[in-house]
Amino acid sequence: MTEDGPLLLEARGLVKVYPLRRGAFGAAVGRVRAVDGVSLGVARGETLGLVGESGSGKSTTGRLLLRLEEPTAGEIRFEGEDWLALSGRALAKKRREIQIIFQDPQSSLNPRMTAGDQIAEPLRVQRLARGRQLRERVAALLSEVGLPPAAAGRFPAEFSGGQRQRIAIARALATRPKFLVCDEPVSALDVSVAAQVVNLLADLREKMSLAGLFISHDLAVVSRVADRVAVMYCGRIVEEGRTDELLREPLHPYTVALLSAVALPLGSGEAVRRIVLGGDLPSPASPPAGCAFHPRCPIARPRCREETPVLTQIRQGHAAACFFPGEFAAGPR
Amino acid sequence: MNRSPLLSIRDLKVELPHAGRWFPAVNGVSVDLQRGEALAVAGESGCGKTLLGRALMNLLPETARLSGSFFWEGRDLREASEKEWERIRGRHIAMLFQEPGAALDPVQRIGDQIAEVIRLHRTVSAGEARRLAVERLREVSFPDPESGVEEYPHRLSGGQKQRALLAVALAADPELLIADEPTTALDATVAAEVMELLSRLRERRGLALLLISHDLGLVARESVRALILYAGRVIEEAPTAEIFRSPRHPYTRGLLRSMPLLDPQARPGRRFDTIGGAVPDLFERAEGVCAFAPRCPERFEPCERSLPPLFETAGVQVRCFLYEGAGKGGTG
Repeated sequence: MTEDGPLLLEARGLVKVYPLRRGAFGAAVGRVRAVDGVSLGVARGETLGLVGESGSGKSTTGRLLLRLEEPTAGEIRFEGEDWLALSGRALAKKRREIQIIFQDPQSSLNPRMTAGDQIAEPLRVQRLARGRQLRERVAALLSEVGLPPAAAGRFPAEFSGGQRQRIAIARALATRPKFLVCDEPVSALDVSVAAQVVNLLADLREKMSLAGLFISHDLAVVSRVADRVAVMYCGRIVEEGRTDELLREPLHPYTVALLSAVALPLGSGEAVRRIVLGGDLPSPASPPAGCAFHPRCPIARPRCREETPVLTQIRQGHAAACFFPGEFAAGPR
Repeated sequence: MNRSPLLSIRDLKVELPHAGRWFPAVNGVSVDLQRGEALAVAGESGCGKTLLGRALMNLLPETARLSGSFFWEGRDLREASEKEWERIRGRHIAMLFQEPGAALDPVQRIGDQIAEVIRLHRTVSAGEARRLAVERLREVSFPDPESGVEEYPHRLSGGQKQRALLAVALAADPELLIADEPTTALDATVAAEVMELLSRLRERRGLALLLISHDLGLVARESVRALILYAGRVIEEAPTAEIFRSPRHPYTRGLLRSMPLLDPQARPGRRFDTIGGAVPDLFERAEGVCAFAPRCPERFEPCERSLPPLFETAGVQVRCFLYEGAGKGGTG
């Protein structure tokens, strides 16, 4: 967590609880704390990577920041303003500054609208451009994401997956946002295409000094785009730090296991010893008592079953929610 | 090697119809798989890897046309009837699919699905089949197998489903498991667990593995030899460690460079090396030339004139003119 300088976006104690419904009439039989007290801050021009597996709450956190869903508790400030207090026209106006792209451009794009019309739509709705100016803006956006002007007249089905994601990016950038949430933007793409899209996002980020949240299950991809990384497990951030430091010296045993599951040094042909955790991911509907990771943790002790560790700064700018940070390390390579 | 291979694929071709013509999605693949060996078939979408796997299970879509041959312990399976295939599938060759949710029968208990496969291939009583089903679930480290056999698939987590599916696939003791993207639908830590389990089972049973995947990290860990496919053709075949140590084909090299590897020295904003363009669409592929040439940074005149054959250099097969005449004397 950056303490110095005003943050572009700051969230404190975010909580999102969903009712758990069962049966034909959908009676609420319990509650799921999908996000359970998440605090994060992103400075101007900075990218925070949010990493986690299914059910970790990473996507819900992204949706809360956009107010695609309202948090149950917590606060969000955008440029110092209370972002949750905005409503009506003030909210609509501010919305253009925070945009999102999703994993599957196939389903986030309208199949019956041309690429040009989809990119123009937010500009039209927000009355930012019209007529010739609008057409020129669309052409400029297409060129920015590496597509030819002729792409404007074509429909999503005529594009490849990578090109569709470029269209979704152009649409998200149409209103010149200051903050971009990318929710698994390359997970549906082939390796060589994914690399192109990640590079494009990095280019755009520099050119437009765009800040953002990069949500992914893939630590390797995140390591290329994020200045800092936050690792989520079962609704909470369990570790946060500068990307290089977190990769070199992970403090939380979950981060260590996650790293060992993806790490593959190029050239040696030798894979890092894989740490195999027992058991499945916990369900946020019935999180384990104490530290949610303890049933799978290789170094769990009695205390971990009883108390819940809070995210604590262990080193400068590197925090972990673990009673025994840094104790568990990957074996020799 | 003197032993005859478990599976021997020769010039296998799978063609799909489009606008009155046939287009080869798998184009003349030849490879041998030894008993107990782990071979990977790697490539991006559209390279033909999934159709290749389905052809080997005789599970191609009806519109597809198959030619070439594949031999199981010397016998050409192209000549097997559907009735014989029912005996082959499960007993000799089994398949593990990407989406365990879709591959399990939603209205049948896990135990019944395992017992069904056992009884298809062995004459055992219902009670004995059930006892074996519990055994199978125990073997895949399914939590509480006695009550696990009573569960329906929808009650299981993704990792448990993949374990259950593995128990179904291995129920009749097959000799070859074809795993098509077995971990793509799983989270990283769960995938690590499933693959660890699979390698333990393989060791114990001497099970051969044909791993079909786009995930080069998985290929590096789980296979001993690998084929890289591009636009339906084998473009490189080598020991897996060799592919990662010293990739030969420009496509393989590009693919490895664009892989999102963890890099502790990574500074944010450091760009990936990329291959320009994308895999050509099946119906728009140029024949008789190198399919990768339009994207290749090293293409030269012969690439656009004819199709490179597989050249052999030091035990590596590579379909690229850069290796023409290079070190023919490799071991085979």
